[in-house]
Amino acid sequence: MDTIFALASAAGKAGVSIIRVSGPDALKSCATMGAVLGNHDRRLVKLTSADGSLIDQAFAISFAPRRSFTGEQVVELQTHGSPAIVSAVLKRLGGLDLRPAEPGEFTRRAMENGVLDLAQVEGLADLIDAETESQRRQAVRVFQGALGDLASGWRVSLVRAAALLEATIDFVDEDVPVDVYPEVRALIDIVTKEVRYEAAGVRVRERVRDGFEVALVGPPNSGKSTLLNRLAGREAAITSDIAGTTRDVIEVKMDLDGLPVTILDTAGLRDSDDVLEGIGIARGKDRASAADVRVHLMENLSKNPAQSGFGLDIYLKSKADLEIQPVNDAVSGMTGYGMDRLLDQISSHLRQQLAGAGVATRTRHQRALEAAAVALDAVTLGLDVDDMPVDLLAEDLRIAIRSLDSLIGRVDVENVLGEIFSSFCIGK
Amino acid sequence: MKHTYDVIIIGGGHAGCEAAHASARSGVRTLLITLRLTDLGVMSCNPAIGGLGKGHLVREIDALDGIMGRAADRAGIQFRLLNRRKGPAVQGPRTQADRALYRNAVQELTAARSNLDVREGEVVDLTLENGRVTGVVLKDGSKISATAVVLTSGTFLRGVIHIGDVAKAGGRLGDLPSIALAERLSSYDLPLGRLKTGTPPRLDGRTINWDGLERQDADVEPELFSFMHRTTFAKQIACGITYTNPETHEIIAKNLERSAMYGGHIDGVGPRYCPSIEDKVVRFADKTSHQIFLEPEGLTDHTIYPNGISTSLPVDVQEEYVHSIVGLENAKILQPGYAIEYDYIDPRSLSTQLELKRMPGLFLAGQINGTTGYEEAAAQGIVAGLNAAAQAKNHDPVLFDRSTSYIGVMIDDLTVRGVSEPYRMFTSRAEFRLSLRADNADQRLTSFGRNVGCVEDARWIVYSNKKNELNRGREELLSIIASSRELNGAGVKVSADGPKRTLADALTIAGTTVNDLAAIAPQLSKIPKEIASQLERDALYSHYVERQMRDIEGMKRDSNKLIPHNMSYDSISGLSNELKSKLKTALPDNLAQAARIDGITPAALMLVAAEIKKRQPTAKAS
Repeated sequence: MDTIFALASAAGKAGVSIIRVSGPDALKSCATMGAVLGNHDRRLVKLTSADGSLIDQAFAISFAPRRSFTGEQVVELQTHGSPAIVSAVLKRLGGLDLRPAEPGEFTRRAMENGVLDLAQVEGLADLIDAETESQRRQAVRVFQGALGDLASGWRVSLVRAAALLEATIDFVDEDVPVDVYPEVRALIDIVTKEVRYEAAGVRVRERVRDGFEVALVGPPNSGKSTLLNRLAGREAAITSDIAGTTRDVIEVKMDLDGLPVTILDTAGLRDSDDVLEGIGIARGKDRASAADVRVHLMENLSKNPAQSGFGLDIYLKSKADLEIQPVNDAVSGMTGYGMDRLLDQISSHLRQQLAGAGVATRTRHQRALEAAAVALDAVTLGLDVDDMPVDLLAEDLRIAIRSLDSLIGRVDVENVLGEIFSSFCIGK
Repeated sequence: MKHTYDVIIIGGGHAGCEAAHASARSGVRTLLITLRLTDLGVMSCNPAIGGLGKGHLVREIDALDGIMGRAADRAGIQFRLLNRRKGPAVQGPRTQADRALYRNAVQELTAARSNLDVREGEVVDLTLENGRVTGVVLKDGSKISATAVVLTSGTFLRGVIHIGDVAKAGGRLGDLPSIALAERLSSYDLPLGRLKTGTPPRLDGRTINWDGLERQDADVEPELFSFMHRTTFAKQIACGITYTNPETHEIIAKNLERSAMYGGHIDGVGPRYCPSIEDKVVRFADKTSHQIFLEPEGLTDHTIYPNGISTSLPVDVQEEYVHSIVGLENAKILQPGYAIEYDYIDPRSLSTQLELKRMPGLFLAGQINGTTGYEEAAAQGIVAGLNAAAQAKNHDPVLFDRSTSYIGVMIDDLTVRGVSEPYRMFTSRAEFRLSLRADNADQRLTSFGRNVGCVEDARWIVYSNKKNELNRGREELLSIIASSRELNGAGVKVSADGPKRTLADALTIAGTTVNDLAAIAPQLSKIPKEIASQLERDALYSHYVERQMRDIEGMKRDSNKLIPHNMSYDSISGLSNELKSKLKTALPDNLAQAARIDGITPAALMLVAAEIKKRQPTAKAS
């Protein structure tokens, strides 16, 4: 049984973050990083990174098998609630041959070990769905733009490389090229370089700094920019009463109850002949559908919303300042009417998002990229060794492809066979 | 008159024969019913057995004491080990087989089989009791009862043969389709699909000009199929090789609309890996020639099977394009090529024992499940035969696993994912390919087979001796520790000042042989060559196999969580309707299969696991 770990407390800046480690190696692994505990114990410890430097002073609690949440040996590390500390601890655990928990894995183990009441399982399933969903959303966000294009390129190259190797194995008597190595080498070289660069993490870190995204959407001149300026407390977007003033996505970063939030002001949704405005609208739609929350500003609440996507949609009547007696679901950027309610609604939704999904996703991606790079290097090395059996090369390539599952999507044998049958005339 | 058997097999093709033998070997009274006694062991398509993935299947059948490997060895006239120069895990034994010798071998083995009766007849109906199949009805009205029935009717379900724009009903050229049974089956409302496959025209070898054609010879050191055999039985011959040319392609292109397939007469889906010559010319228009293997059908038979030009063009076009090919200018066509369309039963309606989930007591094996190939059919035959017998004996089901056999890979692929084209085995389908080698099939399956009761004494003795020698060799390698200087001196690629290591460890270093190590430990030179090469192969893959063990363990944990067939997915609250319907269609046997269903989420898996647990109130946490 693998030993698994994950952030078990809610995301965002909090007083304390809890990282849970469960499985047979929990005590041993935590001891390696400074948390030396008995099997049912608690202690103030100093957590250290691989080079011995201090990560954080933490409170560590161990739960003996059958007396823990999962029924296995568990250690919980309570650290100071900073994303940097949590990230360093997770990285350290990942380096100790443990594996990040899959969504719901703690719960599943709890159930299998019989420490969870069956009635509890159904309720927990909803939470796990939420966790999975929020990881997926995080992944989508990471993959918008440059990294997404890269990943789909990797998929094409790796499927092609696998097809070339497999064709020489499974269709040896057929009309397939004999020496596929030069093409395989060229494909692998490019992917390895890119994977290595991404594994260094620059791009991912940029996205992570953005934190949660809240998009303001609605028809032109519905007061989105005014609301943004009110939220930001400064003139971030140019406002005027000419419809279509905002031609691109304007972002304002703010701290909402300790959560890093980016507010997006999107171009008003309408059909436009103006090419520039059209591009702005399209870009706004993309960003809005991937946002964690969309605030729809509408002239008339009964109208159907123009779009939705992941996460929460809040529908509000805009320009409450024009009403003498504004309704409850109304807001005004001019007067600030309804602002507190809106902010509460947003922050409580973001808080509900479970247990550090974002951090977990990033840890997973990081490990995936690193594992893939190692396996790809093995392929490259093998291509240069005489008498390296091609089935071993193919195996290393499979390991690389499997490692990248979460980034490039699962590559099935049918994908590889499809590539073979469309490129080569098989069939004696 | 009423007869009683434990197991009845319908159909005497490769699936039927293997099923009948497996059932009889398991010690239950078995009856094989075939349309004609002479059909037993007939190879209706190309005269060859084995290949990549397929050769692995034959070795596994042999490891379970089946007949295909033994019959193929006796009929083999051109043994070749494919991928001889690649890694041992992807080496596949293959041979051209003499049709007559193969048929004789199967018929002799069948005649000598105890517990097995063979009877000529046409099954027109099944008898049922409380939804369970209890026997068969023959055309003459007689009824035969049995605990379990295995149906291996091949392409006989609504089979239609196409030559150009001429179509006629039939399962194989010259055979009648079994309409009555097909109608009966369709009344059961089983999920059906339609597939097609094709054959090339057969040529008279005496009218082929062999001078100047390339030759492909048999291996100098033939690699046989059966673990019981050491040497070939028949004379070894060569195949010829020729090529299509632009003229051939022009003739075909010009007549495309007369092809059954391009003329719109065929709806079935054909295999992508076995396209007709029409397909090749259309899809790979830039290629100016395609390879053709001229495979003799036997030592005393002049028929040549030109592998690579299967077709559904009219006879006159077949004549014209064949004659445009070098060496075939005057070749006489003995039997025209044809395409055949047939129904298959969606294999997702089967359990991993190949029993119809909706109709207990009825097992299906072979082409009727959407597969192609003798080897795939025979391998399913063994699974169905063993499980039908297990049911008759009231024993546990005999289950095959993806991690231990190609048979397990195939059964899992078929029953969980279904088929979209005729299913053929490739080594790339096996994710644990490095452990599933043709040379270790006996170590993977013979002792398993002995436990389920299908491996007889003769094989068990041969296997036990081999196993003992392997164990002795392994222990010896583990017990001797050598310095790096010694190893380096013996030619092992290590630096002379490295650490000490066992010879077992040294053997894992690339390029090391047992023979090299005998320089350090002379007693190793006594290890027989076959055993030494097996030890070397195990060592070559040991690091990779260790890494795979983790994956296998995870899969096994979930495979052991069996889902009852009467599981009510509708009653699981929290499961989305979409997933409910997917689970109801697939009816997975266990949690590992459920996890492989497209779109299943971890949360859904947990709910299913919880439901399983709920149904086993006695299970207690450990």
